[in-house]
Amino acid sequence: MTITGIAAIGAGLAAIGAGMGIGRIGGSAMEAMARQPEMHGKIQSSALILAAFVEAVALFGVVVAFLQG
Amino acid sequence: MDLITPEFGLVFWTLIMFMILLFILRKFAWKPILGAVSEREEGIKKALTAADEARREMENLQADNERILNEARAERESMLKDARDMKAKMIADAKEEAQVQANKMIEQAQAAIESEKKAAMTELKNHVAGLSMEIAEKIVGAELSTDKKQLELVDEMLKETTLN
Amino acid sequence: MRINTFRNLLLITTFLVIGNFGFASSDKESGDDAEFDPKEMILHHVKDAYGMHLFDWDGHPISIPLPVITYTDNGFTVFSSSEFHHDYSGEVIVEKNGQKFANVHEKVYVLNEGETEVTYDAEHHPTNAKRPIDISITRNVFMMMVSVVVLLLIFLSASRRYKNSKDNVPSGIASFVEPLVLFVRDEIGRPMIGEEKYKKYMPYLLTIFFFIWINNIFGLIPILNGANLSGNIAFTFTLAVLTFIITNVSGNKNYWKHIFWMPGVPVPMKIFLMPIEIIGVFVKPISLMIRLFANITAGHVIILALMSLIFVFKTIAIAPVSVGFALFITVIEIIVTAIQAYIFTILSALYFGMATEEAHH
Repeated sequence: MTITGIAAIGAGLAAIGAGMGIGRIGGSAMEAMARQPEMHGKIQSSALILAAFVEAVALFGVVVAFLQG
Repeated sequence: MDLITPEFGLVFWTLIMFMILLFILRKFAWKPILGAVSEREEGIKKALTAADEARREMENLQADNERILNEARAERESMLKDARDMKAKMIADAKEEAQVQANKMIEQAQAAIESEKKAAMTELKNHVAGLSMEIAEKIVGAELSTDKKQLELVDEMLKETTLN
Repeated sequence: MRINTFRNLLLITTFLVIGNFGFASSDKESGDDAEFDPKEMILHHVKDAYGMHLFDWDGHPISIPLPVITYTDNGFTVFSSSEFHHDYSGEVIVEKNGQKFANVHEKVYVLNEGETEVTYDAEHHPTNAKRPIDISITRNVFMMMVSVVVLLLIFLSASRRYKNSKDNVPSGIASFVEPLVLFVRDEIGRPMIGEEKYKKYMPYLLTIFFFIWINNIFGLIPILNGANLSGNIAFTFTLAVLTFIITNVSGNKNYWKHIFWMPGVPVPMKIFLMPIEIIGVFVKPISLMIRLFANITAGHVIILALMSLIFVFKTIAIAPVSVGFALFITVIEIIVTAIQAYIFTILSALYFGMATEEAHH
């Protein structure tokens, strides 16, 4: 396996982690919104911010993959 | 690696373009737009407060009206009551006076009747006395043909009448 | 109304996707004899270029030539990118100002004294040429200028509307702009920075939001050949550095105290937290930079990769699948353009808010 292939696997692993993280954030945000529809806007914006933080970690992985590619 | 190395040229141009954009937009777009928006918001807030105040004033006015109306109503009520009382009193007074008058009249009538009765009685007595006298005269004319008998009778009668 | 909007969106995205064929196919034709290399095609389109290649007509590329501006020991040299004749393999040598220039993978090199041809090492790096200081108007810079002009047109005419109306009622373009401006103010500036201080940062936040957003949108328009400005690390790097500078310049005593001597924790913990916080100061703008760059670049890469499936499999039968998926991704990308601009702005605002927060312990 070439170094590019290993980098691609790494990027994939990072995507799995971020996917789980963002999935949890999204699920909890949905639940919270269903419970308190009046807080809809606040929950949505903080969920987006949190998703961005989690996503950043995955993107670091992607960038490492870019470095190798 | 190439992809994630910042090119100097693009950094340079981004910086210049962004600074120009920031400067121009801040001076000629953001300031007027945000200023207009906040001015309008202030205006709306002020208008709302004014409307609120007006409504409160209106409510006060309405309360005042209500109070005045209530007062007027109470006054009318009391006036009516007074009038009713007066009427009742007047009626009672009149009744009383009438009663007194009637009583007086009855009394007078009774007195008159009494006096009439007395008069009638006296007249009757007199009349009866006259009649009796006439009868007596006639009887006595016949009876008292002698002096003796006359004297006896006079004596008897005197005896009887002194008690009267 | 809603159905109409949806239909229009679908039409636009279909147009965008079909437009993408243009640049997928152009590369196929330019390398007719060679095997189609999707990676090279994608990277070529994701990266910057000297000319603004629009489309191919009758086998000839039609493009807007842009000026190449370099600074070397001989001073500034300016020439048109059309002098490279669409070559980016370093074969065409342009002689200007007593120097020889070659375009190697969309990077201008100055050949060393006396050389006439570029030679490469094993990793295809030129060995006998140097990079000059290069401030050319590349296609990204050109699109950035266009976006600046568009933004100025939109917002200056919007602000003129306010000036002309007596009672500050928005009309025309201003009624389109106002909700967006209010969104940045009420959803980003106010809650993140706080009621007292947000006004100072509003111009920066508004400018950065609209600048990123419009460049994200321009990146999706295929006829502009996907000038991938916001997916270029130099662009995101500059904006992240500006956020970094503003954050640390406006940082108050409380902010620095939280970095160097975290209040409310025991002393060993303070010592332990200090390096973490110091790293955090730099990681925040780096993550801003990487996030925007990687999101936008990834979107472009995915769309182009789906398009190149047609040329990889060399059959038209795969086209419906490609177009379908690319359509789906493009719809998502339209949302992402706004979300990424929002996230960059809201995180900048969050950092400003952290830097200016007053102590409340």
